Parts: sequence; structure tokens; C-alpha cells
Amino acid sequence: MKIRLELTVNEETREVLVAPHKTLLEVLREDLGLTGTKHGCELGECGTCTVLVDGAPVLSCLALPAELQGRAIATVEGMAGGGQLHPLQQAFAELGAAQCGYCTPGVLLTAQSLLSERPTPTREEIREALAGNLCRCTGYTKILDAVELASLRMAEVAR
Amino acid sequence: MMRLPPFTYVAPRTVRDAVAALREHGADAMLVAGGTDLYPNMKRRQFEPKVLVGLGGVAEMRGVRGSARDGFTIGAGTTLSALARHPDIVRHYPGLATAAGLVSSPQLRNMGTIGGNLCVDTRCNYYNQSFAWRKAIGFCMKKDGEICLVAPGSPRCWAVSSSDVAPVAWSLGAKVRLVGPAGERVIPAEALYRDDGIQYLAKQPNEILTALLLPPADGRRSAYMKLRRRGSFDFPVLGVAVSVRMDGETVREARIVLGAVASQPREATKASAALVGRQLTPEAIDAAAEAAAGPSKPLDNTDFTHPYRKKMTRVFVARALRRIAGLPVSGRVEEELA
Ligand SMILES: Cc1cc2nc3c(=O)[nH]c(=O)nc-3n(C[C@H](O)[C@H](O)[C@H](O)COP(=O)(O)OP(=O)(O)OC[C@H]3O[C@@H](n4cnc5c(N)ncnc54)[C@H](O)[C@@H]3O)c2cc1C
Ligand code: SF4
Ligand code: FES
Ligand code: FES
Repeated sequence: MKIRLELTVNEETREVLVAPHKTLLEVLREDLGLTGTKHGCELGECGTCTVLVDGAPVLSCLALPAELQGRAIATVEGMAGGGQLHPLQQAFAELGAAQCGYCTPGVLLTAQSLLSERPTPTREEIREALAGNLCRCTGYTKILDAVELASLRMAEVAR
Repeated sequence: MMRLPPFTYVAPRTVRDAVAALREHGADAMLVAGGTDLYPNMKRRQFEPKVLVGLGGVAEMRGVRGSARDGFTIGAGTTLSALARHPDIVRHYPGLATAAGLVSSPQLRNMGTIGGNLCVDTRCNYYNQSFAWRKAIGFCMKKDGEICLVAPGSPRCWAVSSSDVAPVAWSLGAKVRLVGPAGERVIPAEALYRDDGIQYLAKQPNEILTALLLPPADGRRSAYMKLRRRGSFDFPVLGVAVSVRMDGETVREARIVLGAVASQPREATKASAALVGRQLTPEAIDAAAEAAAGPSKPLDNTDFTHPYRKKMTRVFVARALRRIAGLPVSGRVEEELA
């Protein structure tokens, strides 16, 4: 039997009719057409499916939509606004912090959450925050560089 | 896409309603909190409950209340992230905050709860595998099979207790509150566990763990060390929890509890006893660490070789005690192997 749910995704209210055992990852990709959220291990072991719930990074492959009604869900599709890339996306593109790009949506969202809590994190704090996002390509250095660059630019703008 | 098996989802708002839901659905139902342990297992078909009773909406089970003087009550639904950064817990029960902060990954700690961590399933290289993998090797008695693949002659399962928080709760002398159809009871954390890889909890399936109760801080010093291959994601393959209370320079009370060396946390009672009445000198610490390696009997069913894990018991107990004593700690202060 399907259940009707109201989810708030990227500040839009979306109604879905889904089986209760579908994870948020499945609902985002299959019912809402938001394929920016990637599926990797589907077991909590890689972080590529990361989305933000009320601003905090969680794994959509292990989250039940039924638990998330009334909460603010953010996916990578919501990061750019008004034809403008988010500073993190801009920095990732400039510095080559995305190679195959599969881990990138999850990394971007996790970094966004970090910067909203700590606008100018240390390198160590960035590493800590991204410790739940595996990347098979970059060796992480460029990811850390790009988060640093974005944080500096955003701090500049805020000033 | 790896999908969950179908189930009906029940979302009670109170502990009372959760107990009632469990009673109504009996053996068909399971509890779920953060789902970070249960959902991967369900995807691998290690559990296929027809009904899931979700505890996420039970507000009375969330939050940390109390004081250092009277002790703290930690609602079972409190996330590991919230616990790891709670200022009172960091200050008065550093071993607990450390353990919570070393579980899995940041995202999983935002989702996973303290109650789920205390009840987390035991682990084994032959068990934490996909259905297809387990079928190919012929299943084992923990799920779908008859024998133990680690110790084929054994009548029991040796899957490993892999909670980071359980040995800490035990070492602190913490208690847990259980609520079931027959009412409420409070038991010592150590009484929650059984030395069996399948029936690893001593509570009834219809009992809900609603809170972890910490004793007054009372000058207690604590530390936790974790061995794992990577500095994130990995479960412990050895956990060392140490809690010590001093009378001036002399140890009044000490509890050293090992995680991931058996199907339940294991207290190194001789090692603890060896410290009482002594000062925390390097010699006393080395003697206690040597004694702690005795009850550490890891099996060959997790990452790393079991002789290495046993050897590291001595090393980690010494490092944890040195940390508590304020002595310099050689090697890595905590967790992973570089
Ligand atoms: C990749 C990965 C890495 C991990 N690494 C670690 C690690 O390093 N250390 C570690 O300790 N754990 C680890 N875990 C396991 C898990 O994330 C944590 O133990 C977490 O705290 C479990 O909490 P939960 O709320 O998600 O539990 P759930 O998955 O919701 O539940 C776990 C079990 O406890 C039962 N349960 C939950 N709440 C209650 C309650 N209140 N009363 C009675 N029963 C209850 C459930 O029925 C289920 O059997 C890891 C998991 C993954 C996927
Ligand atoms: S210890 Fe034996 S019975 Fe238990 S999970 Fe491992 S192989 Fe299976
Ligand atoms: S797909 Fe969710 S953690 Fe890997
Ligand atoms: S860029 Fe390929 S996995 Fe990170």
C-alpha cells in the first residue's frame, strides 16, 4: 500500500504517493526526478547520497521520507540560484575538485553545511566535516582547497 | 538500487504508544531509531520485519538532562552528534563524548542514536555481507544457516559486539531504563548484554530502551580508544574504555572495559583491581595493561588479525590510562592505525 507524503525539497512543497519502504534516495531520484543525488553503496558506507535535512548532512539511502515531513530537505539541485553557481560549485569547477563528479553533490552539500556553521573553518575542520564522503578520484587535496577558496570568497562577500 | 524489503511503518509519539504498537504486532514488529544499523541489515535481508515502529517522533526520548552532581539522563533518541558535542558530557564524561564522536561518519552520527548504538547488532565477516554472498558460502547460524563458519564445531555464534558506546557505558557504571508491557525497570548497562552473537541483548524484544543514566561525575576521569583501519566509517575492531576515580593521588575505583573482543563488552576485572590503592605511575599502568590483555580473546572474524588485536589491547589500555594520568602518550592518542 502506498502512502501520501508532503515533503519540502529545496524550499518547494512536493506531494508524493510512495510505498513506505522507499528510502529518501529512491523517492528523490525516482518519484521527484531529482537525480543530482547519487547512489553509491546504498548501505551508509560512502556518503555520495548525502542531502541536508534542516541544514545537517544525512544519508538519503538510509532515511525514510515518512520521518521527514515538515523538515527542510536540500539537494544539490537547490544550490545554484538565479543562474549563478554557489561559490562552492564555482570553486570546485575552477580548481578541478570534481573529476568523475560522482561524489561531488554529497561533498558540496556537506561543505555547504559546514560553512553555514563555521564560515572560515581550518583545514582540519574541513577534513573532519568531510570524513563521511569518500572520493575515488581526487585524492581529496583539491576538494579541501576548493572548500577553502569558497569559504574565503564567501567571507569576503559577507564583509 | 538496493531496496528495503516491504514493511508497514508505525510512528508513535509517546513511549506508551510505542509499547502498545510493539504489543499489537508482536514478533512481526521491530523498533527503529536512526536506522543506520537496521536499514543496511534489512537491505541485506538480515531482518525482514513486517512492521517497523519508528522512535523518531517520540520527543520524550530525546535530549540530555541533569547535572554533574546528580548525574545525567540521556534520552535514547539523542543523536550521537548531539551527545559528542554536549558541553557537560565533553567536560565530565570525556570517554563517552569521545566514543560517540568516533562512531562511523559525521552523517551517520547525525542520524544514529545512543539507544540504537547500545543495541547495535553484533558483527562478523561472514554475516555483514549481501544476501547473494551469504547464500554462495552456505549461510551461517546467525541468519538462515545451521553452523558457524568461523568455528564450525561450535554450538554458538561468536559475532562481535561492535558498539563504541557500550564499553564506555559499562565502565562508567551507567544504567539503562527499559520500558515494556510490564512497566519500567532500570538495570546496570552491563546487564543489558549476553555473551552470544545472536541473542546479544538481555532485554526482551518488546522492551524499549528509553534512556542511558549516568552516575554523578564525582571526580571521575574517563577515556576511550578505538582501533580501526580507517579514521572514519569503520566499526571498532578493538575499543578500550577506562574510567577511574581518585582519592588524591591514589586510585579509589577503576573500571577497564574492552569492546569488540567478544559478543559482549568484556570487563578486565583483574586489570582494574590491580590499579586500586595505587598511584597511576607508568609501572602500575604497564602492569594493568598486561593484565587487561588476558580477557581479550578476539576471534578471527573482523578486520585485522586476531593476535594483533589482542596485542593492541595492552597498548591501548596503557595509552588510555596514561592519558587519564596526564602522562605523555606515545604513538597515536586515539583511534585509527595510520
Ligand atoms: C558504514 C557504517 C559504519 C558504522 N560504524 C559504526 C561504528 O564505528 N561504531 C558503532 O558503534 N556503530 C557503527 N555503525 C552502526 C550504527 O550507525 C550506530 O551504532 C548507530 O548508533 C545506531 O543507532 P541507530 O539509531 O541508527 O540504530 P537503528 O539502526 O535504528 O537500530 C539498531 C538496533 O537497535 C534497536 N533499537 C534502536 N533503538 C532502540 C531503543 N530505543 N530501544 C530498543 N531497541 C532499539 C533496533 O531495533 C535495531 O535492532 C555504523 C553503521 C554504518 C552503516
Ligand atoms: S560467528 Fe559464526 S554464526 Fe556468528 S555470524 Fe560469524 S560465522 Fe555466523
Ligand atoms: S549511497 Fe548512501 S552512503 Fe553510499
Ligand atoms: S570525483 Fe570521482 S569520486 Fe570524487
